[in-house]
Amino acid sequence: MTAQAFFQVLASGLLMGLLYALIAVGLSLIFGLMDVVNFAHGEFLMVAMYATFGLWAIVGVDPVLLMPLVIAFMFVFGAAVYLGVVRFAMRAKTNSGMVQIFATFGLAILIQGVSQLLFSPDYRSIPASWLGGRTVSIGGVFLPLPQVYGGLISVLAFAGLYLLMSRTDFGKALEATREDQGAVALVGIDRNKVFALGWGLGAALVGLAGSVLAIFYYIHPQVGGPFALVAYVVVALGGFGSVFGALAAGLIVGVVESFAAIAMPPAMKSIPVYLLYLGVVFIRPSGLFGRL
Amino acid sequence: MTPRRWQLVVLFAVTAGFVAVPAVLRDAYLLNVLILTLMYAALAQSWNILGGYCGQISLGHALYFGCGAYVTSLLFTKLGVSPWFGAMAGGCVAAVLALALGYPCFRLAGHYFSIATIVIAEIGLLLVHNWDAVGGAQGIQWPISRDSWWTLQFARNKAPYVYLALGLFVITWLVTYWIEGSRWGYWWRAVKDNTEAAESLGVEVFRSKMAAAALSAFFTAVGGGFYAAFVGYIDPESVMTFRFSLLFALPAVLGGIGTLWGPLVGAAILIPMTEITRSYMGGSGNGVDLIIYGALIMFIALAKPEGVLSLFQRDAKPEAAR
Repeated sequence: MTAQAFFQVLASGLLMGLLYALIAVGLSLIFGLMDVVNFAHGEFLMVAMYATFGLWAIVGVDPVLLMPLVIAFMFVFGAAVYLGVVRFAMRAKTNSGMVQIFATFGLAILIQGVSQLLFSPDYRSIPASWLGGRTVSIGGVFLPLPQVYGGLISVLAFAGLYLLMSRTDFGKALEATREDQGAVALVGIDRNKVFALGWGLGAALVGLAGSVLAIFYYIHPQVGGPFALVAYVVVALGGFGSVFGALAAGLIVGVVESFAAIAMPPAMKSIPVYLLYLGVVFIRPSGLFGRL
Repeated sequence: MTPRRWQLVVLFAVTAGFVAVPAVLRDAYLLNVLILTLMYAALAQSWNILGGYCGQISLGHALYFGCGAYVTSLLFTKLGVSPWFGAMAGGCVAAVLALALGYPCFRLAGHYFSIATIVIAEIGLLLVHNWDAVGGAQGIQWPISRDSWWTLQFARNKAPYVYLALGLFVITWLVTYWIEGSRWGYWWRAVKDNTEAAESLGVEVFRSKMAAAALSAFFTAVGGGFYAAFVGYIDPESVMTFRFSLLFALPAVLGGIGTLWGPLVGAAILIPMTEITRSYMGGSGNGVDLIIYGALIMFIALAKPEGVLSLFQRDAKPEAAR
């Protein structure tokens, strides 16, 4: 492999990894906050992609400009899912883990059905975007513009998330609630409100990823599944609940997958990623940066 | 008679009821629904052995199901081995696989364990998908042959499949019943409730998990062998995807996890509902079947977190508590 080809593969892996991290971080945030694994996470991504597609079809404005609307919608959607579904799943006194898994799994199927009803099972794509089909060349390495845009959005989102977590009252309330759910009630923090905002924030983050992905990926009711699987692996590899573990793990997964895709039949490119996850947790049972 | 013995009487009555069904019910479609219901009840009971009694939430049982389906199909189509022996062989391969995978995986806890089971099953799916010697993405087609109990092929009358699925369910039920009263059963529930406490009291935690995994994988694979003989055609997508792993756990969870009757109750609600919505509403492709199906799963999970079975139990079951 020439140096140029090496950097080409590395760069596209890193860009995809940034997007994987952005998809996964909402899942990690929600898990860290309240120990719930959202099995409808892939469907959240799919909803954001359809929201972008639907707005684009109605308004006719470039998807890049629609992004704020999409993430606002996803914020409301995520908070509504918490208030309408997850809040009740948490009340279960027995085997609450399984109840959460299957309540959100049922929700995932429901969302797939609704999007099939609204948009039909056909594959959709957004043919015209400012970014679509263009590439930039950096030192002989060619990068598709939508992916570069996605990478930038992801970096900005992580920077924003860092500021939010460390500098704002909401961030402190999030951190306090994940440390001790009982104690925060004593100091006047409404646990339900923090959870609802946490779900909103998690959904808005995956919504951001969805609005980018909609520019260069096919949109259909089952599109979320494979991305959700990558997100679970990223979150677990980084360590459940560790936001920046998700960033590191996302980048690792993106790069491993990118090199695997040229070393073996592309259909099998996920195998090294899965093996990496197994290898890491067999040595470190709580992931790279997780607290057990 | 002790309450435990009464369970056997209930099993006998339920079995007798199901045996009588094909005599009065001739409709091929409804028999098909019944066969699938009993098969999923057996598969959920197998999952329940590891997930419900021992508390190890595997979301990768599609691997063992696929293992049974593939071993049975390959032995039959390439060597002419009867599916009776094929399913046994598949079960043994799956049990050995479960032990080999359990050795590293059972050191993982909680979600790290569940995600490990998911990715291992996905690796299996991808390997089979790209492995031409076992049919690759094309899958394996069973040859058309005349009705026979030796090859388990019944083209005209589906009743024998009802008896086979029922037999499979009764066997998994009896094994679970036996375990419940044995030392293993007490060990497994101790591992589920509090692993550290169990270990300090001398329970062999690792061996308990390994035994539960092997038994659970064996019966899941036998179910896979039955399924292959029943449908006569398998490919990686139809037996090994993640959705199947969830479908094996779902009836047990909806009916009552870690209980003797939960898997059957859950399957009896879920499978007819799935099949009926799919055939009456799925054809249009408008997604209404998925909406109803998803909403129902969500509703049962939220309304009855301990499972539907808890409606009929006045005293709280100690093993359901956490």
